This record gives sequence, structure tokens and C-alpha cells, in this order.
Amino acid sequence: MKSAFIGRVLGSALLLSLGISSGAYAQGAGAGGGRGGFTEQGGEAIYKNVCQGCHMPDAKGAVGAGMYPALAKNPKLEVAGYPVSVIVNGQKAMPALGGMFSDQQVADVTNYIRTHFGNSYKDKVTPADVKAARP
Amino acid sequence: MAEQIIAPMNRRSLFRMIGMAAGSAVMYQAMTDLGYAGESGYTGPTKLSGDVKGASVLVLGAGLAGLTAALELRNAGYKVQVLEYQHKAGGRNISIRGGDTVNELGGFKQQCQFDSGFYVNPGPMRIPYHHIALLDYCKRLNVPLEPFSIINYNAMIHNSKAFGGKPKRYREVETDFRGHISELLAKTTAQGKLDQSVTKEDAEVLLQALRAYGALDRNYEYKKGALVSDHRGYDVDPGGGLSWQSTDSEPMAMSELLQSRLWTGLLTGHEYEYQMTMFQPVGGMDMISAGFVRALPPDMIKYNCKVTEVKQDANGVSVSYVDAQKGGAVQTATANWCINTIPATILSQVPMQIGAPLKNAINSLAYAAGFKAGVQMKRRWWEDDERIYGGITYTDQPVALISYPSTQFMQVQKGVVLGAYTFGPHAFELTSMTPEERMKVVVDCGAAIHPQYRTEFENGVSVGWHRMPWTLGCFAQWTEANRAKNYDALCAIDGRMVLAGEHASHLGAWQEGAIVSALDAIKRLHQRVVAA
Repeated sequence: MKSAFIGRVLGSALLLSLGISSGAYAQGAGAGGGRGGFTEQGGEAIYKNVCQGCHMPDAKGAVGAGMYPALAKNPKLEVAGYPVSVIVNGQKAMPALGGMFSDQQVADVTNYIRTHFGNSYKDKVTPADVKAARP
Repeated sequence: MAEQIIAPMNRRSLFRMIGMAAGSAVMYQAMTDLGYAGESGYTGPTKLSGDVKGASVLVLGAGLAGLTAALELRNAGYKVQVLEYQHKAGGRNISIRGGDTVNELGGFKQQCQFDSGFYVNPGPMRIPYHHIALLDYCKRLNVPLEPFSIINYNAMIHNSKAFGGKPKRYREVETDFRGHISELLAKTTAQGKLDQSVTKEDAEVLLQALRAYGALDRNYEYKKGALVSDHRGYDVDPGGGLSWQSTDSEPMAMSELLQSRLWTGLLTGHEYEYQMTMFQPVGGMDMISAGFVRALPPDMIKYNCKVTEVKQDANGVSVSYVDAQKGGAVQTATANWCINTIPATILSQVPMQIGAPLKNAINSLAYAAGFKAGVQMKRRWWEDDERIYGGITYTDQPVALISYPSTQFMQVQKGVVLGAYTFGPHAFELTSMTPEERMKVVVDCGAAIHPQYRTEFENGVSVGWHRMPWTLGCFAQWTEANRAKNYDALCAIDGRMVLAGEHASHLGAWQEGAIVSALDAIKRLHQRVVAA
């Protein structure tokens, strides 16, 4: 077990200095409480347990003082590398989640959102694609 | 490796893990790099002297940073107007009481059903003794404080995968851990294995110290007996008369204690940010923002304003906004200067005429996930059944901790406990649930430690900070590298505007950070005004 915050607060620089690679870190986290990474397997489980907190169960996003973008019918998902990069590295208010997901998990959830919620992109993201997107 | 409890789910757990993995030098370096180890630099009430020449200031956001700026700038003679997105002031300085509605993004809605007099602080809940700017404002604004119990020796440390899932008392873990370490070190010392490290004279004193510190017997052994029970507690406490004989308690074996990781639950209360004495405002954390609002003219804060654009030129700022609920016509507020305390997560979505360094700094910040839940119980079973008066129980379960109320002992029948306070993956997951699903997790986790949860639970309310429409997260997540790259730019005056808030401080996520950030920002801005 490593603190959740190692992956999230410190970023890759300190992870490397500790000899902990972010990918191994997420995969090495055990099941149950106090884990540093997400344990959900499969795109749907990951979406429903993690992503929908902000992007909402219908993937239509939400608007308050700021907004969470809709993933439903979102043309920005066409190029698979874009959502992969945003999930792994973050973008503005979207936290970088690469440290808490394995390559397989990122690939699975990317493939899930690109084939659900009114999106139907046929090409699949592989764990190797995700690995290449990591900093 | 056995599953590890990550008991104290706070920002400090980060540094703890670094310390364990890499040694304390690296830990201190990380702490200073992230800005958590330094003092706030507050030296007493702010004095902005000099002619402000009729200058006006627009403050965006009525959290503690905005309220601090508004109060001090007004005192210095500025014309001040505050725009706030919510229908009330305070920002993350918030308490939820019975009758309050919690509106989440996505349309999820909770109506808090606490009885009158009860509350939960879903944001900040405790104030360190060294957050002296915040403490000063509490004194100036007549906000009474009371102790917040951080360590309770009779509270629990729980790992669902150790000791058959049965919790241990803090005092048991603390005494046994101390005792076993002391015995080990004493044996090593007595065997002469430390001769390279300590002189003979020091070794003698060290042995004396270890014997006292670890509750060791005359043979320097840590084992069951009256001496140890005087530290870790008894199975049956000493009593009076003829019928009440005390029974010593049995210490945990060292290996089992080590592998249980329960010792991780000992650490939080010893860290600078969590050392006793800690405080909370009497009646709820939002008594602080209420104190600020009392000290400001009633019309100074304009509520329900959603900022949509910030323009500026050589003479001042022009801020566009719409009604936060109804939308409608764009309105404009202008001033010579602007203190912008809107969270970076929102600000990165607002078109602003600012330079690239500030824009990049704002865009670089995402906010941490955080989750809290308050639970009303029909009776105060943690006090009446278990003799836990305040303090915190730590667990490896998703809720991370249970914090018992620090007040109202022997005064009321019911009570509200903080049933969850968690960051990281669990916070994301709990935020993703409906309020009803969350409360089921909170009760299940609580019942694993306290079976009374099943029968005494009455109602609850939860906040997943990424669902709060006005913050989109809990607090700004600086990385070491990003702080080096973007922090100075985030704090620098850009034309006629300067940012303030916990995100623009070295005391991230603390109210003190918001306040000292605002004080620093207005000081720099004031220098420009007076010098012009």
C-alpha cells in the first residue's frame, strides 16, 4: 500500500525518486480500504464508480459556477489519444488520474465511453497506447 | 505483504509515506517543496496606511479569502464590492444543519434532517493552534472557539484484515507499540550492540529512559502486569470495597501488532498541523464567515452572481456576470482593482484578459477529491456504551475515520458523528454514488466497528466535493514540480487583478492559507495604489 496522495499530489517526479512507477503503483495496490489506486475492472465499472462523480450517470456533464463537459455525443472523443491523454495527464479542472489507474483500466474506460452514451467509435485503445501517453 | 491500513486519511499521510519510504530528509524536502512545513508569516492585524485615492476594489468570491480582503480593504478606505456565486457567504467555510438543502451537480439533492442544534462541518473542521491569523480573526470577530479533540486514547484503530476485524483502543496500540520498541532497543543497548553509537554513560541513561518510556519491568521486558495496565488500561479497572478486583490486560504480540499496521493510526495527532490543542467554532465552522459578514455593510456582498468574463485595461477591471440560478441578462461590475478568489477549477473556464503566465498557472490546477458524511444517531452510544468522548477512530475502510463530537457531553440525548472523511480513490467512488448509496456505505463501515450503527442510525448528509457546483473539488492539488513552475505566477499581480485563496498559499486546503493569501495579496496591491 502506498498513500493515495503519492500518486496524486506528488506527481511523477517524486514517484520516480522513490523508485515507484505510477503504473506499477496502481496495479500493485491491493483490494479493499486504504488503497492507492482504483480496483474496478472493466470500462463500465470504472465509469460508474469513478467518472460519473463529475461527468454524471448519463455522461451529460453538469453546469454550476463552472462546468463538467458532457462525454455523451462528444466529437472530441473521435481521436482516441485525446481522452487517453486527458485521463492520464489531466487537463485544467480534470485531475490527472494516471497514477491511480493501470494501463488496462485506462484503455477499458476509454473504450467504454467511446462506444456508449451516443458515441460509436470502432477503433480500440490498447494498454500499449496508454503506456505511451504516460509522462 | 499484509493489507495496510491507511488510517489517518489526511494530507499528512502523503508525507508519512514518503518519510517511511525515503527517510526523513526527503520527507522534509517534500514538505517544504509543497509548502506545508513553513509558518504563515502572519505578524498581527493588517495595517494598510496611506492614501488610497478613492480607489475601488471588486472582490470575486465571498469565502474566507474574499471576506478577509473585503474587510481589510474597506477598513483602509477602499470602495469595496463583493460578488458571490452562492446565495450565502463562506465558501468552503461551511456547516450543514437540519433543514439545509445540499444541491449537487447532476441534480442530486439532500435535505438535511438533523435535529435542531446539530451540524456537520463538511469542509474544514479543526483549527491548529499555530494558525494565528485565523485565530486572530476569530477573536476580533467575536467567534467563540472550543477544543476539537484530535487524540482520544479510548477511541479505536481498526483494520478490517487484522485481529479478526476487531478494533483496538488507541491506548492499547500506543502502549504496546511503545513498549515493544523500547524492549527491543533496551535489549540491543544492554547487549552492547550500540557501543559504536552511544557512550557508556549515555547508554545507562538510555536504558533508564526506555524503561520509563516503554513501561518495561526491571528486566527491561514489556509484558502483562500492573505497570503495563497503568498505561494501556485494564481488562477490569480498579474499584472500591471488597468486590472489585482489577484485572490486567494482555498486550498484543509485537509481530501481530506490526503486521496489523494499526500503528499508522497513532501518527496524525503528533504532527504539527494536528497537535493538541486544536479548535472548532462553537456551533459550527460557518460561525467564522458569519462573523466576517456581521462586520461588513449589509449591501457589500452581492449574491447569486456567476462570473462569466473578466476584462481589464490600464485603469481597471470590468467583470461580467449573470444570475447564478436564472441566468438571463449579462450585468457588469467595474472597479479600479480586482481581488479574485474564485477556485482555479472554475477560473480556468472563465474568459479573462490575463497574461500567459497566470493563465498557465490557473490551468495547471485540478482539485483533490474529498468526501465527508455526517450521521445523526438516536443516542450517544459512543459515550454511554464505549466511553469515547470526542476524538477520532481510524479505519482501513472507505470512510477512513469516524470523528466523535467534541462537545455536549451529558447534555443531549442524540448526536451527530462525522461518519466519513476520505480522500483519494474512495472519495472519487463515494462521490460517484447517490446520496442514499453513500449513506449505506457509511453505515456498513461504521457498523463494522460499532454495531450500534445498525440500530441507532437516524439520518445523514454527505458532501462529495467534486459535486459542489462552486468548487469542483476539495482543494488545489499542487505537485512539487508544478509549484516550482507556476506558483509565483499564480500569486503575481496581473495588470489590475490578483488572485487569493488556499490555492494561492503554502498552507493548501487550510483556512489559514486562504486568509494569509488574501492578506499578502491586498498588501501588494495596496503598495501599488499608494505608490501610484
